[in-house]
Amino acid sequence: MTAEESATTGADLLVKALIDEEVEVVFGYPGGAVLPIYDSLFKQNQLRHILVRHEQAAVHAAEGYARSTGKVGVVLVTSGPGATNAVTGLTDALMDSIPIVCLTGQVPTHLIGNDAFQEADTTGITRPCTKHNYLVKDVTKLQRTVYEAFYVARSGRPGPVVIDLPKDILMAKEPYVAPQKPVQHRSYRPQVKGDAQKIEQAVEMIANAKRPIFYTGGGVINSGPEASRLLAELVHLTGYPITNTLMGLGAFPASDKQFLGMLGMHGTYEANLAMYNCDVMINIGARFDDRITGKLTEFSPGSKKIHIDIDPSSINKSIRVDLPIVGDVANVLGDLLAVWKKRKPRIDHKALKAWWEQIAVWQGRQCLAYRQEGEIIKPQYALERLYHHIKDRDHYITTEVGQHQMWAAQFLKFEQPGRWMTSGGLGTMGYGFPSAVGVQIAHPDSLVIDVAGEASIMMNIQEMSTVAQYRLPVKIFILNNQYMGMVRQWQELLHGGRYSESYMESLPDFVKLAEAFGASGLRVSKPSELDGVIEEMIRIKGPVIVDVAVDKAENCFPMIPSGAAHCDMLLGPNDKSSRPVSEEGMVLV
Amino acid sequence: MSVLVDNEPGILARVVGLFSGRGYNIESLTVAETDARQNLSRITIVTKGTPMIIEQIKAQLERLVPVHRVRDLTVEGPHIERELALVKVRGIGEKRVEALRLADVFRAKVIDAKTDSFVFEVTGTSDKVQTFVGLMEGLGLIDVGRTGIVAMSRGGEAL
Repeated sequence: MTAEESATTGADLLVKALIDEEVEVVFGYPGGAVLPIYDSLFKQNQLRHILVRHEQAAVHAAEGYARSTGKVGVVLVTSGPGATNAVTGLTDALMDSIPIVCLTGQVPTHLIGNDAFQEADTTGITRPCTKHNYLVKDVTKLQRTVYEAFYVARSGRPGPVVIDLPKDILMAKEPYVAPQKPVQHRSYRPQVKGDAQKIEQAVEMIANAKRPIFYTGGGVINSGPEASRLLAELVHLTGYPITNTLMGLGAFPASDKQFLGMLGMHGTYEANLAMYNCDVMINIGARFDDRITGKLTEFSPGSKKIHIDIDPSSINKSIRVDLPIVGDVANVLGDLLAVWKKRKPRIDHKALKAWWEQIAVWQGRQCLAYRQEGEIIKPQYALERLYHHIKDRDHYITTEVGQHQMWAAQFLKFEQPGRWMTSGGLGTMGYGFPSAVGVQIAHPDSLVIDVAGEASIMMNIQEMSTVAQYRLPVKIFILNNQYMGMVRQWQELLHGGRYSESYMESLPDFVKLAEAFGASGLRVSKPSELDGVIEEMIRIKGPVIVDVAVDKAENCFPMIPSGAAHCDMLLGPNDKSSRPVSEEGMVLV
Repeated sequence: MSVLVDNEPGILARVVGLFSGRGYNIESLTVAETDARQNLSRITIVTKGTPMIIEQIKAQLERLVPVHRVRDLTVEGPHIERELALVKVRGIGEKRVEALRLADVFRAKVIDAKTDSFVFEVTGTSDKVQTFVGLMEGLGLIDVGRTGIVAMSRGGEAL
């Protein structure tokens, strides 16, 4: 080998830098602009490349990988369509604060701006849907840019970072230099430690509460397992009730008696009424999302609010809070617990007892009750049976988006963080299956189930091919009601039952579809056969699609109609809202 | 609002994109490199909103990775604002004399002159610049270029 051939190229540097960052897996799809990187990948065996069948799926797979491991997910796509296809995934990761580094190919620097073949203004397009992005125009800056990108992606409020890599930079020769750690950024310094004085104040507010509630979100999970442990310690120490957002499920064990279930639009009656009637709200790592708050002017009108968040821009964005604490959840909770244990504040146990009695009344409404009768499977029943069979196994759940997602959030119980992967902020149909691919890659021996709807699953169904190639035993559990269920539900409730374009015409035979990709397909339509089919799904070692024919007309309750307040929940089909949905509410999504 | 940023490609697009993407309004914007050694630029933005929106704009700007510092000059104490305009006026006779006389009153400098035109350079608050431009409208105004506002806090504190 000549000296010229053995010299490292930009692509080699990139691969070495990824290895320096302890990357094990890259999800990607090759193309012209990234051929040098694929060549460098070919010549090494430390990095594993997973070939997906669509770039959007690459990002979702990396998201599943990242969420279930706490590591940064890495994506590699080509220029032009490769990059534009990744945009939905990047936006999804931005909304849900998932650390991703996405490497995009680019045409050579001298062709940028020339409308070259497979050229797109990737940094321009991805600017609003990434935490940060880079265009590397100088090979000497390539390595540093990679280290910086990982630092930015994983620190502070995590998010996706794009590095756009022109082909000439990838082919340029440049020696490797060992990285200097830790990476320091000139201007970017996330605040990790909370203000000590404010933490003292928080302890006092929490201790003096009469009707308190902990409202916690995805920030607890992003902060790491220690944050969940500290949260449980604080919640147990106080004896206060706790509710989780969709993104925060698993941060606190669902089986704990202090847990009120999920809150928000399809959250439990008790969680939402506790939010409405509380006097002190302790928001930890959640962002007062519009699915949580409902009508802003009637959101928890009588409460003092504490908000712990690492992102200052989340504070006072939609809801004004009384005590904001900027910092990392684990860090702030650690300090808060230390103050608590030192001061040993006295809690008003009498008030707390009365509060729990009130909550028990709300719980008595049994807001998640449904009736499984007759020969049609209720989707809720299917999920309850699914949970019964998986609860004692090491399992991970992903979902698509829609009714099935909300039912999964309501009926599956999450005891640990990082076990529940769902698209919360962006609501991306087609998220769950590729995400399950990423989870299964990270946890090859665990049971990974994508709870899907028959509409959502069609959005990234091509990944059956990826699953086949890597022999991933992913299970797809389709609640098939032959409708885009959530669209149909809204059309029923808000648009006079005119089911415009929400019926899923010409669905595939999912059993045959599974078989076409060398997977197993199962179908069930009778409640009595459900248990057997779920058991078989778990027993089969390879990938399985289970097509569960469920009640077509079932709606997802409880529900806060759009534009309504927490106290205006609909509990079931016979429960008519005291107020019709307002004009304002109709406009909301 | 004063924003200190890394002078790198795309930074202005990031700031402007944030305003358009989140529905904030930009009334005026100026940007130029202010520290060549450290490669820093200073952006001055004039915007309007409720206190909650302004707080949000500040937090969103601070969240951008290449942003070093953000100061809300309106809220954080006394500050000074200046704007510069180039004003071209065409005319002869009495109108030309009147334009020149008013320019003198406003301490505008003549920076280009032909027998039938002047270009004035006027500096001051936006109000003053606006008033001057308004007066010139009746006196043969044919072209205006304005820098937008640059601003700084009073006293011994730096951004």
